Amino acid sequence: MTSRHTPPPAERRWLAHPSLSVLLAAVWLLLQQSLHVSQLLAAALFGLVVPGLVHRFLGPSVRVRRLDRALQFGVLVLWDIVVSNLVVARLVLSPGSNPHPAWVRVPLRLQHPAAMTLLASVITMTPGTVSCVVDEHRREILVHALDCRDAEALARQIADRYERLLLEIFE
Amino acid sequence: MFESLQPWAQVAIAAMLVVGGVFALVGAIGMLRFPDFYMRLHAPTKATTLGVGGVLMASMLVNWAQGEFGLHELLITLFLFVTAPVSANLLAQAALHLRVPAKAPPPADQPRP
Repeated sequence: MTSRHTPPPAERRWLAHPSLSVLLAAVWLLLQQSLHVSQLLAAALFGLVVPGLVHRFLGPSVRVRRLDRALQFGVLVLWDIVVSNLVVARLVLSPGSNPHPAWVRVPLRLQHPAAMTLLASVITMTPGTVSCVVDEHRREILVHALDCRDAEALARQIADRYERLLLEIFE
Repeated sequence: MFESLQPWAQVAIAAMLVVGGVFALVGAIGMLRFPDFYMRLHAPTKATTLGVGGVLMASMLVNWAQGEFGLHELLITLFLFVTAPVSANLLAQAALHLRVPAKAPPPADQPRP
């Protein structure tokens, strides 16, 4: 996602980015497909060293405050991906369909850049909506909807379904 | 190899491959049918979600049916989820910058990226 604003430099401590450290270690172990002691050590090393090396590129650290809500969010997104795939498939395959595209402004209540990026990604990954501009100054995401008659209803739906949960998870 | 698997596994794997193939095809048809750039931009996100998702599920089922516990497919899903929105966003930014004609024109007060 593009932004014209530089985040404040992140702190350079061993565990300034705990979520990133855990993610890196988990990805390493998944790549190796093994829980051998040597791989566990390598994973721990990557998780500790890499965030320290790239700390200048990182925004403020991410804290997942509610793990249960994060799981709920993941399940909700997967479900919505399946449903909207079927909706868009019907739109593509029915011969007489005349989709009515629209631009939707989704105002952001989220403050955390990582949370904004995640919301924009989820909007794009659910078929039928693509995040075109993530504007941190205007605090909104400009979304292109494939078939939308009521832009305000769609913006409300995104705020109620996704943003509300993300606010609980990150802020 | 495939014949040695349980019948239920064969059915499930084949079904997943067909589902993935159908949704990838729908994405391609969308690319052909939709009249403007921004609408065609929606097709790849379809192909990468259930299209690739179905194939990855089939791949996981093959591993599990053979008694292996492979999770590489989860990583592919994660990498797709991280990269696809970024490329879609950059394509959209380029189109907005070039003022590509569209069925629904972008908001007039939107600054040119």
